[in-house]
Amino acid sequence: MSGGASGGGEWPLWEVFVRARRGMAHVHVGSLHAPDADLALRNARDVYTRRQEGVSLWVVPSAEVVASTPDVRGSFFEPAADKDYRHPTHYTVPDGVQHL
Amino acid sequence: MDRSTTVEPRDPMPEGYRRTLVRQIAQHAHSEIIGMQPEGEWISRAPSLRRKAILMAKVQDEAGHGLYLYAAAETLGTPRADLLEALHAGRQKYSSIFNYPTLTWADVGAIGWLVDGAAIVNQVPLCRCSYGPYARAMVRICKEESFHQRQGFEILHTLARGTAEQRAMAQDAVDRFWWPSLMMFGPPDADSPNTEQSMAWGIKRFTNDELRQRFVDIAVPQAEALGLTLPDPELRWDEDRGHWHFGTPDFAELAEVVAGRGPCNADRLAHRVRAHEDGAWVREAAAAHAAKRAAREPAA
Repeated sequence: MSGGASGGGEWPLWEVFVRARRGMAHVHVGSLHAPDADLALRNARDVYTRRQEGVSLWVVPSAEVVASTPDVRGSFFEPAADKDYRHPTHYTVPDGVQHL
Repeated sequence: MDRSTTVEPRDPMPEGYRRTLVRQIAQHAHSEIIGMQPEGEWISRAPSLRRKAILMAKVQDEAGHGLYLYAAAETLGTPRADLLEALHAGRQKYSSIFNYPTLTWADVGAIGWLVDGAAIVNQVPLCRCSYGPYARAMVRICKEESFHQRQGFEILHTLARGTAEQRAMAQDAVDRFWWPSLMMFGPPDADSPNTEQSMAWGIKRFTNDELRQRFVDIAVPQAEALGLTLPDPELRWDEDRGHWHFGTPDFAELAEVVAGRGPCNADRLAHRVRAHEDGAWVREAAAAHAAKRAAREPAA
């Protein structure tokens, strides 16, 4: 084997998501390398839930994540920029009106 | 650089910023996994089952911390294999503190209290570092480190209240680890050329000397609580500054250890390379197993 490489090349990267408690969504906590899904799940347990941080784990191949591009962040999210009226704070409510 | 914005992996960033981060995060990751060695040596000799379980958990944490940090470095486009190769070839450094030997059980206590204590002082500000993946890794690490420091303090506290021999062992460990712990903050500000740039980039939030002072101010009362002394004749409360005055660490010694001429440099690196090579068959077997299963379930 050469240098730090693992035999057979570098293992693929997996993104790890943990559900902290029932009733909460899975949240991205980090990533790790593993040769297959089973080991990715076991390694994720050992690396990210050593202190009972979770009741459920997802591992997803990083290569499968489709992401928006930071370069076009401005234009991509632009349609929402001028629509303040989607927020309740946009509206004026007369003094004394409650439960609105 | 805008202080309020966090930089994320695919954002455009200056090449120098990226290079500095890779160097710092890699050095930090290497320190975590090399740091497993001085304490790992005592797992089989821990004085009780409780201490053994605690020490194994701590050493396992260090491996995990290394992994979080290698993952953070990889988001900058440098594969982990390259970083390990640079460590093994001696092109990248790890913290000089791990080149000191652990001669007695009390050293395990001194490492937890002083070395992890110094690391926490260094690392807490990094939770607000400008690079998102590094800052997030540091939040996890800092949460886990606090048990490391407490277990070390407890070991020393127990020894300090034990027999005269145990007390002497605790004092000896503190005497040997105090100055190297102060050196963990790096050279004095006047000799730290990278500090200014790192602070401008929001990678560093405080200077080496500021953090060193903070650590001394925290450690002195803790030493009093242990009933142990710190080996610095200059140590005294400075009423005017509102800080403890302390002597100057031997920075020539620090430079020697960083240059590879510390007590254990060669052993630490050789052990690391051996462990990596001895583990090659496990990595190969796991890869072969994954390939075989993938071939067997083409439709899955």
